[in-house]
Amino acid sequence: MKRLAPFMLGWLMLLFGNPASADLTIEITKGSDEAIPIAVVPFGGQQLPEDIAQIVSDDLAHSGQFDPLSRSTLIASPTTSDEVRYRDWRAVDSNYLVVGQASQTDQGYRIQFELMDIYGERRMLGEAVNVSANQLRSGAHYISDKVYEAITGIRGAFSTRIAYVTAQGAADSRRFALHVADADGHNSQQILSSREPIMSPAWSPDGDKLAYVSFESGNSAIYIQNLATSQRVQVTSFPGINGAPTWSPDGRKLAMSLSKDGQPEIYVMDIGSRSFQRLTRNDSIDTEPSWAPDGDSLVFTSDRSGGPQLYRYSLGSGESQRLTFTGNYNSRGRYSPDGETLFMIHRGNSGFSVAKQNLDNDRLTILTDSQWDESPSVAPNGSMVIFATQQGNNGVLGVVSADGNASYRLPSAEGDVREPAWSPFMN
Amino acid sequence: MKFKPYAKSLAVAVSLAVMAGCSSSGGTQDGSMDGTTAGGQGQGGVTTGQGVSGGQASGSQVGAGQRAGIPDVRTIYFDYDKDTIRPEFESVLNEHAEYLRNHSNAQVVLQGHADERGTREYNLGLGERRAQSVERYLSVQGVSSSQVDVVSYGEERPAVQGHSEQAYAKNRRVVIAY
Repeated sequence: MKRLAPFMLGWLMLLFGNPASADLTIEITKGSDEAIPIAVVPFGGQQLPEDIAQIVSDDLAHSGQFDPLSRSTLIASPTTSDEVRYRDWRAVDSNYLVVGQASQTDQGYRIQFELMDIYGERRMLGEAVNVSANQLRSGAHYISDKVYEAITGIRGAFSTRIAYVTAQGAADSRRFALHVADADGHNSQQILSSREPIMSPAWSPDGDKLAYVSFESGNSAIYIQNLATSQRVQVTSFPGINGAPTWSPDGRKLAMSLSKDGQPEIYVMDIGSRSFQRLTRNDSIDTEPSWAPDGDSLVFTSDRSGGPQLYRYSLGSGESQRLTFTGNYNSRGRYSPDGETLFMIHRGNSGFSVAKQNLDNDRLTILTDSQWDESPSVAPNGSMVIFATQQGNNGVLGVVSADGNASYRLPSAEGDVREPAWSPFMN
Repeated sequence: MKFKPYAKSLAVAVSLAVMAGCSSSGGTQDGSMDGTTAGGQGQGGVTTGQGVSGGQASGSQVGAGQRAGIPDVRTIYFDYDKDTIRPEFESVLNEHAEYLRNHSNAQVVLQGHADERGTREYNLGLGERRAQSVERYLSVQGVSSSQVDVVSYGEERPAVQGHSEQAYAKNRRVVIAY
């Protein structure tokens, strides 16, 4: 039996002290033709304040890889595998079936769930998870992770979080804020607010801290904030730009862009010793560094060729090599977790879109058809990319599957939302 | 599923505190801890956690800018992806240069801005290029470098909202803030 550990105790304490800030909602904008039909039957047993089956169904739908049956087409209401008649579910063309039931415990709830392969007529999963009353959504995301992994073979990323920046109000009354929410936009929590711009949140590899840029001192400066305690420390405040922090895979270093030498250059700071190593040296803008998953190189944006293009800096040789040659604007590169694909912002005929480049054959594929995309950030399982875009005159977050076949948006009820950063796995 | 012990968070808090206490070896202004609890008030109207802030904005130039004699026009505009001073704004900069030469105690911050197109951190670089272009112009006009600071806001502080060319033209600017 599993017990769901509170992976962010601090969040829950903050939530009790203050009402959650406005959550983001999800609107599916594009579904995949290849999505797998799956039935998620409403869970039986103890009535719960959250609809576990609906949360699981929504998670699977958002991935673009599943096409959950609508509730009205569910042909029966089994809550355990014993009650399942496989031919019923073949009749409605469902490849898989999720059933479950809940019971009350001293500490909260115990949720049992099972996954069935309808055509193979076999049970693929059977597990129980214990959660406290305020962790029911987390429990549901855990079930989604398990179901997703059992069917696709890829670890689910539904229990992860996103960080993002909001801006509200005009001109002098403009207010910037940094938030963290569940990957589906729920449980949003404001962790910093300021009258001056906040930029470029970046998760530490352990998911405990965010590095970001804040202009609160009158100029850009880089901060590291512990999420559980809200404690934070300013780590750079050089003259000029202090921008684009990103963590090394081992969490010991921050790469960043500093213009204290006259123009933005890539630096690496050792967090423990606060010593700096300058990587680039030329008259161009060098910024937006990001580490390769193996930690041996960084990708960064440079306009040394005239317009912004992506380059790889090898920490071993100290050499930079240009990676992108398609089009005259490619920036803000981010590696897939396997290091084989580079996601970026590419300017094409329609505007600025999310694109990916296969690093084996250097082929570039445009994933979105929007005009003003920014800030791509890859889910820790590599299946989805979250990015910022525009809807009317509002900044919103969008998510696109890594193959471009499915997408959804996370609009906010108020103000601009931008600069999303997808967390690492939290558990 | 593994437990995520609370002790781990504490360990991180301690290590951050140690970092804060270390002397800087990189020439940075060493950070002090602030906002130790949710709702703590930092500098510049900044609030960590969920608290409601009544703090005032920092870095506001209102007030100082009302001194007599400072040229009225304090914003100049740039072409797309360019940092060259357009000829029609040379007279504006010449007036500021004259004022600064005659008032050696006056200080300006050149605030560089970009339009929204392209990525944010790259646009920080573009805004800085524009502000540096104005800085060089003022320097050639004899203004002391000690009177001039440069800050780039990139696309973070648009003068006009919207996706039109008109809005973009108003946002590609350098503000000369006294």
